[in-house]
Amino acid sequence: MSMPESNGRELTYGDAIKEALAEELRRDPRVFMLGEDIAEAGTTFRVLNGLVEEFGPERVLDTPISEPGFTGLAVGAAMTGMRPIVDIMFGDFSGLIMDQVANQAAKIHYMSGGKLNVPMVLRTTMGAGRRSAAQHSQSLHAWYSHIPGLKVVVPATPYDAKGLMKSAIRDDNPVVILEDKMMYRTVKGPVPADDYTIPLGVADVKREGTDITLVATSSMVYVALEAAKLLSEIEVSAEVVDPRTLVPLDKQALIESVKKTSRAIVIDEGYEQYGVTAELASVIAEGAFYYLDAPVKRMGAMNVPIPFSPALEDLTIPNPQQVLEMAKTLCGKV
Amino acid sequence: MSRVQKRVRPLTERTNADQAAPEVDREDWLHMYEQMAKIRIFEEHVNELYQSAKMPGLAHLYIGEEAIAVGVCQALQRDDYITSTHRGHGHCLAKGASLDRMFCELLGRERGYCRGKGGSMHIADQDTGNLGANAIVGGSAAIATGAAFSSKRLGNGRVAVCFFGEGALGQGLVYESMNMAQLWKLPVVFICENNLYNEYTHHHETTAGSMKARAEAFGLMTSEVNGQNVREVHESAARLIERARRGDGPAFMLCHTYRFTGHHVGDINRAYYRTKDEELDWKTNRDPLKLLADWMTENKMADAGIFQQIESSVQAEVAAAVEYALNAPFPAPDEVSLHVYA
Repeated sequence: MSMPESNGRELTYGDAIKEALAEELRRDPRVFMLGEDIAEAGTTFRVLNGLVEEFGPERVLDTPISEPGFTGLAVGAAMTGMRPIVDIMFGDFSGLIMDQVANQAAKIHYMSGGKLNVPMVLRTTMGAGRRSAAQHSQSLHAWYSHIPGLKVVVPATPYDAKGLMKSAIRDDNPVVILEDKMMYRTVKGPVPADDYTIPLGVADVKREGTDITLVATSSMVYVALEAAKLLSEIEVSAEVVDPRTLVPLDKQALIESVKKTSRAIVIDEGYEQYGVTAELASVIAEGAFYYLDAPVKRMGAMNVPIPFSPALEDLTIPNPQQVLEMAKTLCGKV
Repeated sequence: MSRVQKRVRPLTERTNADQAAPEVDREDWLHMYEQMAKIRIFEEHVNELYQSAKMPGLAHLYIGEEAIAVGVCQALQRDDYITSTHRGHGHCLAKGASLDRMFCELLGRERGYCRGKGGSMHIADQDTGNLGANAIVGGSAAIATGAAFSSKRLGNGRVAVCFFGEGALGQGLVYESMNMAQLWKLPVVFICENNLYNEYTHHHETTAGSMKARAEAFGLMTSEVNGQNVREVHESAARLIERARRGDGPAFMLCHTYRFTGHHVGDINRAYYRTKDEELDWKTNRDPLKLLADWMTENKMADAGIFQQIESSVQAEVAAAVEYALNAPFPAPDEVSLHVYA
């Protein structure tokens, strides 16, 4: 499918998200946003600055510090004609809202025999590295991905973030978008000014290669791209595949890539145990078994609460050097 | 069924049930009696279906609490919203659900309100504004508040009513919802059905302080009524609902009531948490159907014959609905993966 061109226009990851939100708020009067300090403060990450000035406090609504309450309010509003976008400041607060998300939003369409819809978007953050310690650094997208009835989006680039956000807002289901808070300002890339959407459930090959597939999500896409660069120096051609959405998952794209390369490492910033890497690795192992020359390997966050000290925190997240070493092993380059 | 959800003339501010009486005519009271009888007899059949192993799972009966659902829903328009609880059959019926589709849902049949996927604890019916019974205690407080948010934003004049038991007063979500409802003056009325027991535990063991004061602390308009007296319930509900509809903000209504039967149909031996004498006292002296019939008879608005007539006609209607549901088809296997996503 042909996608619009950016014509040299670049935005940060955070600004791409804001642009998508602003365009949808302009397009559809039923869309509104709610969350803690999202209006004048523009969120604690200053991502939404300027939106309340354009759309007013009724559509960019500051809430009490009551995550379950305003998430549930959004569920009820979504069921009755509005299209809310909930802002949960830190993904770590997912535990607070999980009943309203997993037992209410995710189940209402099914439990009602298809009569009631919950067209809402839940935006929250993921990603360590901000020296924020164990309760403000986790990547908990696996929690949401476990629950049927939710769609889960983990955009890696500004381009993807804008297009996927707009699809999420127009979707008639509850969609959870996890934004890596470390990328809001540091990642910049081409973003068309056009009104474009990227369908949920379509992976993207971020770099083509022939010797090994690096399946990577969110900020790990950049870790994988950096590793791929290092691998090219030793003449290993790595393909980087970004699923972009975990639910629905573009299984075929992962399988096709590994059929071509015969080797795979799955890299994700969620905890490794029972994590996203396990699900993606099993998809590859089942779908490309006869093409594999090595076991499918996984790299997730270490199975420890994220520590505060930089000397420790940095150890918990996969890095390009680790990916390089593992890829060399799988390719017999040690 | 045609009289369900009929429009009740708006009531002005009043303070007690007797003053309300002239505004609600004989036909309205008889309709409310019929609605209560329908719930009572529906629930008796549910119990029988369970006892005879014809119903899968469990059900939480509303017998004894009928006056609350009926008194409140009589004050609602058809397109007003309700959210309900695990003990929700009464709310659904009072809001206008049909008997046959209710039974179909309880028996897991395709013709049920949720195509057999929800069951007793999850009946939803958007045609009557029922946003769903909710099996998480207190779980719908924010949903009802969100529906009220939509009403206000869309300017459609609808009110949302959130039914919950006193057990939900242990859930923080209820207070978060009241706080937002009051902050944003949302048209939602929280109806607390205090049937004394959080499952098998008396509320004295779980709930400190005053139930009503909890809502008052947020600035909600509150009322406290005898939940066995449908006149009192209706009068107070109508006042709070119309107040919310006018845009004057949310309210909390505390209804004192009693669960005549167990926490669910399988809760037979209850002596360890409440006495037979206590149950007998409520059933004998505080039965909502009897209280209304007695009052109408005393006030020469009806004679005993009419209540018997209503009951036998409802009996026949309910029996036919059970028969229909028992013979209705189950969903086809491919239904299992339908409606996970819209």
